Amino acid sequence: MPTPSNTEKIPVTVLTGYLGAGKTTLLNRILSEPHGKKFAVIVNEFGEIGIDNELVVNADEEVFEMNNGCICCTVRGDLVRIIDGLMRRKGKFDAIIVETTGLADPAPVAQTFFMDEAVGSRTKLDAVVTVADAKWLTDRLKDAPEAKNQIAFADVILINKTDLVAPDELIELEARIRGLNPYARLHRTERAKIDIGEVLGRNAFDLDRILEIEPAFLDADDRHHDHDHHHEHGHDHHHHHHHGNGLKHYHDEEMQSVSLKTDKPLNADKFLPWIQDLVAKDGPNILRCKGILSFKDDPERFVFQGVHMILDGDHQRPWRADEKRDSRVVFIGRNLPEDRIRQGFEGCIA
Amino acid sequence: MSDTQIPIPSLADRVRAVNAGVPVVGVHFLGSTPVFVLGEETLLFAGENGERRVAIHAGAILNSASDGKRIISGGDDGKLIATSADGDYRELASDEKKRWVDHVALGPDDSVAWSAGRTAHVRTRKDDLRVFDAPSTVAGLAFAPKGFRVAIAHYNGVTLWFPNASGAKPEFLEWKGSHLGVTISPDGKFLITTMQEPTLHGWRIADAKHMRMSGYSTRVRSLSWGVNGEFLATSGSEQLILWPFDGKDGPMGRQPKILARAESRVTSVACHPRQPVVAVGYADGAVKLVRIDDDALILARPADEQSVSALGWDSAGQTLAFGTESGGAGILAL
Repeated sequence: MPTPSNTEKIPVTVLTGYLGAGKTTLLNRILSEPHGKKFAVIVNEFGEIGIDNELVVNADEEVFEMNNGCICCTVRGDLVRIIDGLMRRKGKFDAIIVETTGLADPAPVAQTFFMDEAVGSRTKLDAVVTVADAKWLTDRLKDAPEAKNQIAFADVILINKTDLVAPDELIELEARIRGLNPYARLHRTERAKIDIGEVLGRNAFDLDRILEIEPAFLDADDRHHDHDHHHEHGHDHHHHHHHGNGLKHYHDEEMQSVSLKTDKPLNADKFLPWIQDLVAKDGPNILRCKGILSFKDDPERFVFQGVHMILDGDHQRPWRADEKRDSRVVFIGRNLPEDRIRQGFEGCIA
Repeated sequence: MSDTQIPIPSLADRVRAVNAGVPVVGVHFLGSTPVFVLGEETLLFAGENGERRVAIHAGAILNSASDGKRIISGGDDGKLIATSADGDYRELASDEKKRWVDHVALGPDDSVAWSAGRTAHVRTRKDDLRVFDAPSTVAGLAFAPKGFRVAIAHYNGVTLWFPNASGAKPEFLEWKGSHLGVTISPDGKFLITTMQEPTLHGWRIADAKHMRMSGYSTRVRSLSWGVNGEFLATSGSEQLILWPFDGKDGPMGRQPKILARAESRVTSVACHPRQPVVAVGYADGAVKLVRIDDDALILARPADEQSVSALGWDSAGQTLAFGTESGGAGILAL
């Protein structure tokens, strides 16, 4: 069989979140909505409550190091096995949802889709969705490194149980999350109530879908979208904006993002070796990275995304005439050498 | 295949086509009857007098093995099933937690091994049940040809378990990484694992001396021992890789034989039971017979973009059966 194109591959959504944040509530909500889709659900062995779905597989979260001398190159051995088994029942489900334990690191799950050819050729990682408890996340960010990892790694974050906190606490919490992860989509929810289109079918790892890299606190669309949820809390856009800009206030000591931007074209022969070298050396600390690049004398946009030391990049499409040709790169990680990254990036300008 | 290459002789017009319709995950011969293992629920008996489907599992069939008299299979229904040549099947075991029965193996004396999660089980000919908990999920099982030993592949190595010696400490062969399959040479001297990486690892069992067999373009998923165990045929590259096992050191310090080069990747291999010939299946759907001495090729199935997922010979080496991921299947009588 020829390798299935990306649209034929079965999408996989990874559901993370600290214990009690509401992952299972969201999962049951996804499964029970009348969308006509069938899911295969991979749950951790110590799941909290029952899940009402035909195809449920228990996973044991075995994280295996790859034998290539790289400590951050880990895969979830159980996923390699389970997805191989599930693909024998292809046609019985449209998508896969992987629910992790509250203590799980999302990176090995994500890396499995890039490191294992058999998994990557038949399924594609759609997005990492993290459910956060509005009342307790601030505390967990202080005492639980796993919770911080899950926020920093996420493509979509549900701030759940918003009814249990005051509006100003919520705004502060959002700013804290933005300090860790500037580009995830944030949603405020009660009892994990959300339009499942905001959770599934995100194509967050699909190079073709890397459209813009804008820190989301400047993203008007994002704010507009949340408007309905905010409304009843008497939310005021102006206020929100102010806090967004005051992001530095919530700069996390350990985990941060580095955003780079230039309107000068880059030299591909300098940039590609530089980024490869950067992730080879600092990969263990870089949770995720994304970039849209304008190379000198290249009519096409180059896009890339990465998880730890794994990079995936390609030409995406020609630059449009009405489009500003600039390059943007975002790194999210732990103790990132910001000055060195900035200098290295500037050294790649053609 | 490049345009300059001369077409190889073909036996494809002598193939009896079988329409499995769903992915074929294995093929065995019960006596002279080819039996295709389908991805879900069913065995497809494809005897000359007509086809017959028997649903033996309530779900996916994850693994199967045969000794020519029966097929044993493990499913995602948590069951271990034995099926005989007449299509009668019975449940040999059922996992109490309904875990997937991931791996199965048939041993000497009609003993059976299977695994669910970390637990490996052996049922002896006398119907005694033995259980062993591996340090991580069992990823492969193989019986040694003699001495009633079972090799259990798992993360960071292989455990050699003696199911009948309850007091004996299992032997542990250590090698870092995720081992996903295991086989023991027919003479019982060498143990080989397939790994998560595109490489094989091996041990000489007598002294646990290591051997690494690498250079593959992808994870090796199909292994087959040649006549008398003189070589091990492997998938995983755009050619058939044969590792020599004819000396006391196996492939240590020696190069593999590389045959049947193609543009497509080898996905399945099955050594002829009597002759130095290997059936090779490719990702593009081609099946070729390869003569080891001179790399002469005969086409058994033309390429059609259906990745070959199952290959098997009858015990006499007179008939070859093959199946694909897309539900194509065929039988070639030589």
